[in-house]
Amino acid sequence: MNAPRPLSPHLSVYRFAHTMLLSVLHRATGIVLTVALLGVVSWLLALAVGPTPYAQVMVLWQSPLGWLVRVGLLASIAYHLCAGIRHLVFDSGYALEKAAARRAGQWVVGVAMLLTVLSVVWMCCAGAAS
Amino acid sequence: MAEFTLPAASRYKDIPGTHHPAPAGATRVVNFRIYRFDPDQPNKPRIDHYPIDMDRCGPMVLDALLKIKNEIDPSLTFRRSCREGICGSCSMNIDGVNTLACTKAIADVKGDVKIFPLPHMPVMKDLVTDLTKFYEQYASVKPWLQTDSEAPVGRERLQSKEQQEKVDRPSACILCACCSTSCPSYWWNSDQYLGPAALLASYRWIVDSRDEAQASRLDQLDDAFKLYRCHTIMNCTEACPKDLNPAKAIADIKKMMAERP
Repeated sequence: MNAPRPLSPHLSVYRFAHTMLLSVLHRATGIVLTVALLGVVSWLLALAVGPTPYAQVMVLWQSPLGWLVRVGLLASIAYHLCAGIRHLVFDSGYALEKAAARRAGQWVVGVAMLLTVLSVVWMCCAGAAS
Repeated sequence: MAEFTLPAASRYKDIPGTHHPAPAGATRVVNFRIYRFDPDQPNKPRIDHYPIDMDRCGPMVLDALLKIKNEIDPSLTFRRSCREGICGSCSMNIDGVNTLACTKAIADVKGDVKIFPLPHMPVMKDLVTDLTKFYEQYASVKPWLQTDSEAPVGRERLQSKEQQEKVDRPSACILCACCSTSCPSYWWNSDQYLGPAALLASYRWIVDSRDEAQASRLDQLDDAFKLYRCHTIMNCTEACPKDLNPAKAIADIKKMMAERP
């Protein structure tokens, strides 16, 4: 009797190309944004409860860690938005040739980075003005 | 469900492989690291190392595999036939990407040449995987002409040049399974998702002007798993050694699905 057939290696051997990277990032940022909704809701709840809890939550958001989380969330929104539009374009039947799909991926990463930088600058300016 | 790691019995790093000696007097040596599994031994899979003298070996990965089998280790097992990219037998994972060993140049690989069987498949021996499920999925899309109308008398069912061009490329599929086994979605859901190869085959008949079963073909694919597990990752199109585009075929099927009354 032969031993049961092993499963051939997959994730650990497949070259992590742009195709998988873009897809994994789209999923990961989607999960991050879903979890981040909890933060937004807690912020709204604090706002509804009164000035003291609100101030406490704001201390968290304005701490260095809070700042980092905000930048991460802005980057997640920017990427998820751009990659989502890329998927709409795919589903409409465009940019599915190899070279065009690669270019679309480059655009997604480029525009997402630009949006992230712009929104972080905006966040810093708005923070400094208030 | 997605299992990101291999089952314990499938891990290939747990036992050391054989390091074959370097060829004497060789100046251009390429090291081949090849996945080995022997169903007649109780052992887990392992990686064997074969240093090859490139001055005494043909240019393609298949040449090296045949050299190893003929001169170094006759137990090395793999499928091959035509050695010119038309039979689809020698599909495997070379240097991290699924392709045909016969059309992959050794010189195109940087460093050691790592060779694994097609990913996320049951391994029968070494580089030979069990493709039964893959062929069943192909058969399930009924890859033959279906008609209700009477066949014309004295001639074939004719097509215009434009109509033929629609099926020309998809017909070039050699069923090597490089695309389906490159797809993470197929890895996690191959029990229900048909995979790029079967869907490309279905597309080839859906767009064929002579076929009269488009509606029932689409009905059959209208399923959350069979078709819609495709998330347009596009590993399939990147991997296809025949330069076909299963991702575009699947996107077109989804579009037809959305547009039909």
